[in-house]
Amino acid sequence: MDEIQKNLLEQVAGLHEMPAGAYNIRANGKSVERSTTAHIDIVTKEEKQGIDIIIKPGTKKESVHIPVVLSQSGLTEMVYNDFYIGDDCDVTIVAGCGIHNSGDSDSRHDGLHSFYIGKNSHVKYVEKHYGSGDGGGGRIMNPETKVEVGENSFMEMETVQIKGVDSTKRLTSAKLAEGARIVVTEKLMTHGSQFAETSFHVDLDGADSSANIISRSVARDDSRQVFYSKINGNNRCKGHSECDGIIMDRAHISAIPEITAEHLDAELIHEAAIGKIAGDQITKLMTLGLTEAEAEAQIVNGFLK
Amino acid sequence: MLELRNLCFQVSDDANERIDGVLSTETGRPMGEKLPLANPHSKEIIRDINLTFKDNAFVAITGPNGGGKSTLAKLIMGIERPTSGQIIYNGTDITQMDITERAKLGISFAFQQPVRFKGIKVRDLIQLAAGGMKGGRPKVKFPDICDYLSKVGLCARDYVNRDVDASLSGGELKRIEIATIIARGTPLSVFDEPEAGIDLWSFNNLIQVFEEMRRESDSSLIIISHQERILNIADEIVVLAEGTVQARGQRGDILPELLKGTEGCKFYQQPSAALQ
Repeated sequence: MDEIQKNLLEQVAGLHEMPAGAYNIRANGKSVERSTTAHIDIVTKEEKQGIDIIIKPGTKKESVHIPVVLSQSGLTEMVYNDFYIGDDCDVTIVAGCGIHNSGDSDSRHDGLHSFYIGKNSHVKYVEKHYGSGDGGGGRIMNPETKVEVGENSFMEMETVQIKGVDSTKRLTSAKLAEGARIVVTEKLMTHGSQFAETSFHVDLDGADSSANIISRSVARDDSRQVFYSKINGNNRCKGHSECDGIIMDRAHISAIPEITAEHLDAELIHEAAIGKIAGDQITKLMTLGLTEAEAEAQIVNGFLK
Repeated sequence: MLELRNLCFQVSDDANERIDGVLSTETGRPMGEKLPLANPHSKEIIRDINLTFKDNAFVAITGPNGGGKSTLAKLIMGIERPTSGQIIYNGTDITQMDITERAKLGISFAFQQPVRFKGIKVRDLIQLAAGGMKGGRPKVKFPDICDYLSKVGLCARDYVNRDVDASLSGGELKRIEIATIIARGTPLSVFDEPEAGIDLWSFNNLIQVFEEMRRESDSSLIIISHQERILNIADEIVVLAEGTVQARGQRGDILPELLKGTEGCKFYQQPSAALQ
């Protein structure tokens, strides 16, 4: 791997070197490094691009890193990764995609990640997206995540996109069985003329299942963001979605939450707020000696931290 | 030394502006254009105030609601700009300086209603107050943060990692606000009604905080307050009403007069007793 790829890897996976545990590193359309463990297997798909990650029941305190880096301008790929997580597991999965485009053709990574989580498991899934390079070509990522959370299992999902991605459509859908929980936190910042669309679709099918979706975003310059969230309460369940957006400059943010109760004991809440940085927040930080620009940066960084 | 010279502050009446806005469509003027307001329509909040605050003094400003106290505090910090007049700080005309410049010159301001932030922790705010980062490291160490918070009656362990957001009560927020002022340690600190929203137990601590700040050399305090117990520890008291200085003098001269005027009002005289 070259320096550009190493930098991308550090940005999206926080990796300086090869991680401990299982991993699969994909660079410019090919798997370049792979490691499996006694409990975690990674198998290349034969019929299409992508891998199967198979985590044996009872696997605890192990991690899987599957970062993707693209540094070849004009490369377009569609990758299918399937995660099979057994019962009674406690694992962390770190995915992420970094694109460096210094050419004039669009570079694009589309990925479909499917999670099949067994019973009584805890999965933490972290996904970071990052773009760099000063070419005229776009840096495009369209990640789709499909999750089936088994009985009494807990899925924690963190997605972060702070810099450099010109266009993204991120679709996440989840189906929850009895007693299953999902918590999704999204941090998003767009600038320039970027476009980002986020869509969550959660079916709370099982009794006592719950979902909490928290999105914080900042739209600067002429960028555009659209946030959809749809929670269906099909049983006795709790669902909550929260979209909090800071709008700056000439940006555009839409938040379109939807909640549907199909059961008497479904408790569903949605909250959405969009606004500019409160003037008194800037004033307070200025009274501490920060300039207006420093105050603004502090507020935005804190908000997305 | 802080001098206010012929300070005036006027605001235009919102209702009148809106009327002008409606009229503007009829007169063919572009919408949103503000018409110059005739003086009778604007309200004078501060009227020709001349005040000098000496160094190392503790001055309390009191007076009826709507008398211009908070506005005067904001004018000193630069949050509001005067319509006319001058503000001189240690010989420098700071009238045109913005908030940041005044903060850097050594003026601090505690908000009456402290601001909430999503994602900024108590630790971050105090670090920013204490001068932020130096060489990639925060200037202020954990024991100091602990010290600032304990002075306002908060246990640092419970608070440093909490967000300064809606999860904090009004009283907690207020104490953190005061901790940021202690952390700044500037030569001049302006407090806008520090007692508002503070419970009785913390109120005693608050008095101690001011007494301690008072004892430290090079520290001048201007405190807007309605509380007798705060007025009681001030060197001087300024009574502000209808935008003008009604009285100014040593505590011993002003306070008895003030209390005479509010006889029968227990809330004004004895806040602690009233709260019990």
